[in-house]
Amino acid sequence: MKVHSGDPVVNVRDLRKIYTLGEAQVVALAGIDLQIDRGEFVAVMGPSGSGKSTFMQITGLLDNPTSGEYRFEGQDVSHLDADARADIRSRRLGFVFQSYNLLPRTSALENVELPMVYAGVPEAQRKQIALEKMKIVGVDHLADHAPNQMSGGQQQRVAIARSLVNNPGLILADEPTGALDTKTSEDVMRIFKELNEEQGITIMLVTHEPDIAAHAKRVVTFRDGCVVSDASLDKLGMTEGKLGMTEGKLAMTEREVVA
Amino acid sequence: MSDFKGILRLALRALIRNKSRSILTMLGIVIGVAAVIVTVAIGSGARTSVQNSINSLGSNLIVVQPGSLTTGGSRGGFGSASTLTPADGMALVHLPGVAAVSPDVTVRAQVVGNGNNWQTQIQGVAPTYSQIRSWDTATGAMFTQNDVNASAKVAVLGQTVVSELFPDGSNPIGQTIMIRNVPFTVIGTLVSLGQSGMGQDQDDTVLIPYTSAMERLTGLTTVNSLMVSATTADQVDAVQSEVTAALEQRHRIPAGQQDDFQVRNLQSIAAAASSTGAVMEFLLAGVAAVSLIVGGIGIMNIMMVSVTERTREIGLRMSVGARGRTILNQFLTESVVLSSIGGLIGIAFGFIGTFLVASLAKWPTEVPIAWVIASVVFSGLVGVFFGYYPAKKAASLNPIEALRFE
Repeated sequence: MKVHSGDPVVNVRDLRKIYTLGEAQVVALAGIDLQIDRGEFVAVMGPSGSGKSTFMQITGLLDNPTSGEYRFEGQDVSHLDADARADIRSRRLGFVFQSYNLLPRTSALENVELPMVYAGVPEAQRKQIALEKMKIVGVDHLADHAPNQMSGGQQQRVAIARSLVNNPGLILADEPTGALDTKTSEDVMRIFKELNEEQGITIMLVTHEPDIAAHAKRVVTFRDGCVVSDASLDKLGMTEGKLGMTEGKLAMTEREVVA
Repeated sequence: MSDFKGILRLALRALIRNKSRSILTMLGIVIGVAAVIVTVAIGSGARTSVQNSINSLGSNLIVVQPGSLTTGGSRGGFGSASTLTPADGMALVHLPGVAAVSPDVTVRAQVVGNGNNWQTQIQGVAPTYSQIRSWDTATGAMFTQNDVNASAKVAVLGQTVVSELFPDGSNPIGQTIMIRNVPFTVIGTLVSLGQSGMGQDQDDTVLIPYTSAMERLTGLTTVNSLMVSATTADQVDAVQSEVTAALEQRHRIPAGQQDDFQVRNLQSIAAAASSTGAVMEFLLAGVAAVSLIVGGIGIMNIMMVSVTERTREIGLRMSVGARGRTILNQFLTESVVLSSIGGLIGIAFGFIGTFLVASLAKWPTEVPIAWVIASVVFSGLVGVFFGYYPAKKAASLNPIEALRFE
């Protein structure tokens, strides 16, 4: 078992999620135990149907678990109602999606300001904070551009800036490079890496691409609703390139890391 | 993020982002409200003009006519007997609820004056006639009780007679006209009343004191009818029975026997006319209300489409921290803003339309302010009512599914 230090941002114990589809019951998460500490950069991997997306939704407080315990920044959030979850999302979580999800016909600046609108940040401060975060990801010169005037990479950077504006405790990135070419994907991953290393922002990245996961410091692999491997890349002394080559190689570490 | 101003701003931004959709959505309400204003304006204008013409007939008016005369077994109609005298009229003046009484002696005669001649109706009446008919003089003045007492040879002309005798536009006041070779001095002209409800030209008349008419034109001591006006319209029935009783007593008619006179009023006509007007106004308003509802359903349609089209946007808003309530309020505000602005524009168009109808079709119109307020309130309510369901649908979306929506 990985030894944890510092304060946990995400701490789940025996987390289960069961969907009922008519008569059939689908077990999406079959008892997950996982902890993510502040400052970590975790990639969650797994084939489709492995439960990684469900895990991200529950971690991101978009959904409640069927059973088990979820502590977010020390607070038990396993059974919150929709409004309470919305409030935590508003203040402590940032989301980055595969399809950017920027509001159409709306300037990049206004898109970045959106979470602050719901968090009740005074208008005067919004623009300043938004521009500040846009500068960090290098899109401050695109402030008045609408999404359809920007490339995919630029749109995703704007989306990342949007995820930063409320100084979240955790950024959840769901296949953030899924719609981007290799070169742009590298750029976007470098931004995440910088945010993690230079700003100390905790990031949880969901992907099915080993190359992308290789940018993280730790890789958690899901299969059939269970964690089948949890590997710290530094600890294993693996280079990013090596990890990226095969999934089989990654699976080998399974025995060493799962308690 | 539950303050009204913030939500209003969110809603306005969303509406401005989709200008053409917003405008098209508003169109239904614009047309609905404009239709309400125009139809109600025409309806109440028509009702008012009907009411006015009824009032000019005198809705408080009670007419007493002589009964029928039987000569050699052949019964004449009402009025054929000569039983009513000016004294009968005098006897009615002091009855409770009676505002004014005027005898009416009507003859047709050739009138000559200013080198022209014209056959018209000569009405011998009391000065109170102008009060009874609410018929003022345009120039000069009505004759007085002194003129009546003196059987003065003075006349007040209706506008048709003025234009027939004085087509050159010269002032008729002070001129002398000949009625059956009797010279009368013109002392006034009447305002134009136009046609009566029955299509008669009411202005084709000359008013002279009834005493002059009796002595100089008919040579009779009886009058054609007595006109009695009640103080208010709802006293008409009471006054009518008092008049009947008073005349029966004066004419010594035993109970159970046929009266030698007949008392009638125009109230039934007035009531029918005003209820017809009201029915017409409600009919028009009903049509207009249907168009408002159709406009509202239009808003609901577009809002429903909008919710579906913006599912991902809603999912995103929720994922960055919008509560369901905030989403609901935003969508509801969008629809209320649309329908209220639509309502205001509709009022503007309604006034323009009313003005066009009034000036092009020469149709009497009247925009009742209560309907204007009602249609603004109603269009706002349409926004709330028809906007609620789509807004509720938006708010109850699951953010996960909304984000995944294609």
